[in-house]
Amino acid sequence: MKKNLFLIILFYVIFKPSIVFSLVEIDITRGNLDPMPISVSPFFSDKITDENIKKNLNIENLGLEISRVIENNLEKTGLFDAIEKEAFLQKPDIAHLKPRFEDWALIKSQVLITGKVTSKIINEKDYINIEFKLWDVLGAKMVDGFSLTTTPRSWRRIGHKISDKVYERLTGESGYFDTRIIYVAEEGPKTQRIKKLALMDQDGFNTKYITLGSELVLTPRFNPANDKEITYMSYFRNMPRVYIVNLQTGEQKVVGDFRGMTFAPRFSPDGKKLIMSLAKDGNSEIWVRNLETNIQEKLTDHPSIDTSPSYSPDGKFITFNSDRSGYQQIYVMRSDGSKVKRISFGNGIYGTPVWSPRGDLIAFTKLHKGKFFIGVMRTDGTGERLLTENFYQEAPSWSPNGRIIIFYRETKTDEKGQGFSAKLWSIDLTGYNERLVSTETDASDPSWSSLLGN
Amino acid sequence: MNLYKILKNAFLVVIFGLIVTACATKKSVKTTAESSTTTTTKAETKKADPIEKLDALMQGDVYIGSDTVGELASGVPDRVFFATNETILTTASRETLRKQAAWLRQNSDVTVVVEGHADERGTREYNLALGERRANAAKDYLMTYGVSSDRIKVLSYGKERPVDSGSNPLSWSKNRRSVTVKAN
Repeated sequence: MKKNLFLIILFYVIFKPSIVFSLVEIDITRGNLDPMPISVSPFFSDKITDENIKKNLNIENLGLEISRVIENNLEKTGLFDAIEKEAFLQKPDIAHLKPRFEDWALIKSQVLITGKVTSKIINEKDYINIEFKLWDVLGAKMVDGFSLTTTPRSWRRIGHKISDKVYERLTGESGYFDTRIIYVAEEGPKTQRIKKLALMDQDGFNTKYITLGSELVLTPRFNPANDKEITYMSYFRNMPRVYIVNLQTGEQKVVGDFRGMTFAPRFSPDGKKLIMSLAKDGNSEIWVRNLETNIQEKLTDHPSIDTSPSYSPDGKFITFNSDRSGYQQIYVMRSDGSKVKRISFGNGIYGTPVWSPRGDLIAFTKLHKGKFFIGVMRTDGTGERLLTENFYQEAPSWSPNGRIIIFYRETKTDEKGQGFSAKLWSIDLTGYNERLVSTETDASDPSWSSLLGN
Repeated sequence: MNLYKILKNAFLVVIFGLIVTACATKKSVKTTAESSTTTTTKAETKKADPIEKLDALMQGDVYIGSDTVGELASGVPDRVFFATNETILTTASRETLRKQAAWLRQNSDVTVVVEGHADERGTREYNLALGERRANAAKDYLMTYGVSSDRIKVLSYGKERPVDSGSNPLSWSKNRRSVTVKAN
């Protein structure tokens, strides 16, 4: 039954051009100061489709809405500049059939996206088919495209899939738009914050609350191998413990059988193990639990605080922070707990290391001279680069393609203790394109999903 | 039973020795980092509060005022305060905990939860661990003064439950605390 919530893809047709085209290309390894002008034509739909969609979704012009989803996604990368639709000279239906390239070149568009929405009835159920084409205006040819059929309510996801295709085609990197973010929604005064788990699409739409706020919840994280599963920490019955939740069924279970507080959970890249900290008798150590065999094992053995563990994408290493040197610093060890090595040696204290999905970098939080930074370093600790500085920010999480880091930032309160807020922000690996990620409420502890499955 | 106690005390002494040496080595590392933070801290506090007033409320950066302090029982303060990143009990904290222990010994049917807290200037997960460490420091002291461990539960809130919502050194000092709360 719940399956209906998720996308059902019946057809996936890719129109592959015979020649690989390389005229339009964007280098995203540096800050982009010259975004590429792009036109996203409203997707065309016929009268019958419009009527059906109005009935199903109560949306007047779905084709226009889809084009806006794509535009919004692409513009937020900082790599593209969407041209105002008022400037378009050609109608959506004709443009989709065969664009008059001179018309699009005239308004300085280098790339054009067109599309078509058609309603369908299969087994007496309503579906929509969305077709899209990506055109190179200067080269005067189609570069990519596909056609997808889905339930009407999943229309935004098609917009995200199209955005991913365009991003992939033009940057050579995999996309990150058809993804979700799990985070902690916050409300109320700073001394009595009410916290709930919340799930939303990457662009801030379709927010769902997973818990009610009756108990304190912290640090939700996606299973990178299964976007229907998360782990988090809850103070249910005043027993702070790590839980795993199935987002589809709502089923949740406590992880392991520990005396003491379990916290700072994270899945292994294959989703078969969970690493976390166990605090007991004044000491925090890192443990791993095999979710298939239910065997749990202690990985660190030191009287200091060892926490915030994160696996390398190949599962062979774990990075974590420890204050065994006197202050919080970042360490790397083999995933069996052997060969512990400190990697952070700069000025200040370092925490929350998170391994990039590409494997080459570790994102972290740094506190130095009363300021908090989000930064990255190589996995041997060299090449430290600070991306952003603020009064308080922490908890970096990577986009699935390893190009963007999302984190949360808290404001300093005034003399009366007023004016507190917590928000999600994102920044490119380049250190450019810092953006507020819009959420319905205050927010913290974001975790980015992998590209969604079907 | 006696042998067990002796062994346990010996163990505590060893641990204490370890802590002392750990601190001794720690100090040298600390100096550079701390001297720089102190300068910024002082500049900030000057704007908010006159220095003289702060002196009466903080010793080093440990809170010594009574503003937020409640009572576990009549004449028995419910909380103790810690220095930044520290779990060591100050002289004043030990006095408070001895009062708590004496009262708990007299009221042997009472069980308590020792809540450990941290200020907002640390990462969430580390602060959960730090709060647990602080609560255990208080618990261990209560146990040394004769309260049995099964009467004391420990609960760390990290930085999740500040008592003071300010973003300044004085507010932070009030939030670095462990609070003994009656559980029954």
